[in-house]
Amino acid sequence: MSMVFAPQLAEAAPTSHAGASWSPYDNNGGTCVAIAGGDYCVIAADTRMSTGFSILTRDHSKIHQITEKCVLASSGFQADIRALQKNLDARHQIYQHQHSKQMSCPAMAQLLSNTLYYKRFFPYYAFNVLGGLDTEGKGCVYTYDAVGSYERSGYSSQGSGQTLIMPVLDNQLKSASPLVLPPRESSTPLTESEAVDLIKDTFASAAERDIYTGDGVEIVIINKNGIRRETMPLKRD
Amino acid sequence: MSKTGVNEVLSKGGFSFDLCRRNAMLQQQGAKLPKYRKTGTTIVGLIFKDGVILGADTRATEGEIVCDKNCEKIHYLAPNISCCGAGTAADTENVTDMISSQLTLHRYATGRVSRVVTALTMLKSHLFGYQGQVSAALVLGGVDVTGPHLHAVYPHGSTDTLPFATMGSGSLAAMSVFESRYKEDLTRDEGMEIVSAAICAGIFNDLGSGSNVDLCIITKEGKEYLRNYQQPNPRSYTRSKGYDFKNGHTAVLSTNITQLRQHVQVLEGDAMEEE
Repeated sequence: MSMVFAPQLAEAAPTSHAGASWSPYDNNGGTCVAIAGGDYCVIAADTRMSTGFSILTRDHSKIHQITEKCVLASSGFQADIRALQKNLDARHQIYQHQHSKQMSCPAMAQLLSNTLYYKRFFPYYAFNVLGGLDTEGKGCVYTYDAVGSYERSGYSSQGSGQTLIMPVLDNQLKSASPLVLPPRESSTPLTESEAVDLIKDTFASAAERDIYTGDGVEIVIINKNGIRRETMPLKRD
Repeated sequence: MSKTGVNEVLSKGGFSFDLCRRNAMLQQQGAKLPKYRKTGTTIVGLIFKDGVILGADTRATEGEIVCDKNCEKIHYLAPNISCCGAGTAADTENVTDMISSQLTLHRYATGRVSRVVTALTMLKSHLFGYQGQVSAALVLGGVDVTGPHLHAVYPHGSTDTLPFATMGSGSLAAMSVFESRYKEDLTRDEGMEIVSAAICAGIFNDLGSGSNVDLCIITKEGKEYLRNYQQPNPRSYTRSKGYDFKNGHTAVLSTNITQLRQHVQVLEGDAMEEE
């Protein structure tokens, strides 16, 4: 899996040194996590938006609902993320007019990949996790780099707290990649409430050590009954 | 050790620059030098009716990661003088330790209580000598025979003498509190309240600052160091299930025990008695 572009891109992000050449990108920080279960999907992101050493707002949602069964959580550069969301919304509107139905989550995952790769040489500075229910009603999580390399997995984390959270998820969930042979279940064995509990704890931990994660977490839970939103306060320092 | 060459010349003290040229070459070839531990920091001080109050947050960062959630940034200089440090942690700690030691010797030589200006002059001449390379930004406060004093010391060696001062990445947030609320002849309680409000402004609005509030109150009667005077940032959530791993959670693939006794031969002295 080549996800090589992301770290190089992160280094190209501007620092606030006086006299540094202008960059079209900024990094607004933030962390996204998603966990897929047998019949649910939990997508979460913190609500802090920051630049440099400053907090821009403590209450900014990084989670965007595209269809009834598909939500996108993104961290990176807020302006690019917003542009990407509007683009996907527009494409989904067209799809609905042409097909008289909503796009499935796996289809949306492919569309997002294409949309990102279309800007291969002037990328959206956005690190995405797409979560929802697939056509069989199973939980699904798709994880991306900035230029559209993607993979379906049982759980994922993106953004500034990724390196702190991902090893904990690996340890607690360690679900197999869907590419491994023989095929194994890619969703996690946790119940919905256990998954929410784990996500809350990983965010509380990330907020302790990552300066760009904090203020609050927004947690979106998708299951056969529909979509539900929860919030929890985090440290504000 | 070899007896030839210039390597035998004893160190006269001060920094060693032996590796500078090598490191410059490595850097040119693309090597990344290690990051320093910076105390992103909000540090403040003010003069009140009976003396000075110093305050600091307790977060130390390495880039975007918090590496110490409860560090100490108020350093001891003398029984009647303290000093808050911002910048590279190693520089603030070593500079204050060094000046503290020199002040102690100076007191033995003179038999008098240290003066704040003495500490100030020693700090600024050291920092100026290193042209800003020793990156310590300090708020120096104390009470001596001439009364209470508060100074800000910049990494290049310039200094300010002020009724209230702030330093570090949270200095603007903290200064906004001082500028709106400071007045002359504050009481001790008013002073403590304003200083902790200034530190809290840094903790909550500056990402380089965080965790707890430390205070230090110096009057002519003595010094009171209030470690973790406020703890406004407890952990927000703990998982109900915990993270207990059962015995045998990690699979043992193979075991190999080597008896060291078989490999040991006693050449001199007595072998230990067998039990």
